[in-house]
Amino acid sequence: MFWWDFIVGEDITIAIGVCLGLGAVAIFHAHRLSTWWALPILWLLALFISLAKALRKAR
Amino acid sequence: MTTSVVLFISAFFACCVEAVEATTVVLAVGLTRSWKSTRRGVFVAVAVLVAIVAALGPTISHLPLSPLRLVVGGLLLVFGLGWLRKAILRASGYKALHDEAAAYATLTAEAQRLNGAPGVGSGVDALQASGAGWMGGDAYSFTLAFKSVLLEGMEVAFIVVTFGANAHNLGLASIAAIAAIALIVAVACVVRGPLSKVPENTIKFSVGVLLASFGTFWGAEGAGATWPHSDASLLVLIPAIALMALATVGVLRNYRRSDEKSSLTPVVTS
Repeated sequence: MFWWDFIVGEDITIAIGVCLGLGAVAIFHAHRLSTWWALPILWLLALFISLAKALRKAR
Repeated sequence: MTTSVVLFISAFFACCVEAVEATTVVLAVGLTRSWKSTRRGVFVAVAVLVAIVAALGPTISHLPLSPLRLVVGGLLLVFGLGWLRKAILRASGYKALHDEAAAYATLTAEAQRLNGAPGVGSGVDALQASGAGWMGGDAYSFTLAFKSVLLEGMEVAFIVVTFGANAHNLGLASIAAIAAIALIVAVACVVRGPLSKVPENTIKFSVGVLLASFGTFWGAEGAGATWPHSDASLLVLIPAIALMALATVGVLRNYRRSDEKSSLTPVVTS
């Protein structure tokens, strides 16, 4: 639990976004496509979803 | 060169933030309970942290670069985005700012309560309070100092080890961490009170941007991507993430203001 709280923190959405981003880059790389942009796009989406969740909770 | 500078800045400021939080606890228990036991707690925690960095650093450095960058870059990215998320929410007013003065006052009051009346309270508190005389010192001061230094230090150790290993410069990351600790301890010795003037959220925001940038760069590289212009893409990535975070803060502040206004406007029903 300590490590979970320490790295993942309050919301798992960001961790899921990062994993999906890294997975997408690896899959595209296996098909010989360089998709460096897939990671920032997916974590950005995850960050916004996570912030929206926090806002909803705060309101 | 750029990587080394950013590595030093990231480790230094991350360590400053965590050192301020740990120092607040150390000062509160040291000044109100026992300096001897507090010092012991700090030394043991620092020894444990040094052992962790010494054990994990070289081990991680010997792993093959691609899997290292994938795993460590990913972890660094999740960790950095967590800091950035918290800093955005705090800067936009949706989360309370970390108040060192309030934390210090609460801790001091609690320590004084236990100091004046050993055994007062219940459960862990009473057990810790009655720990006066433990190993020739005070168990409460030792435990609190040890726990706070170890927990806050773990975040720094994580940044030092992951950043240092990925940049192949564990020594520089460690020097940055030691310099930050020395600075905060020196200031705390002079002030002898909570370091409430340190702009914690601004520092956390900046370090979050750096961790997210390097995490993105290393993580994507580890997964097989090739960045345009290689390392130079960091010079675009860092300001782009910083701008995105600042813009998000701006949007959330406006959103909050309009939220407050609408809640103040009386609802007129015809």
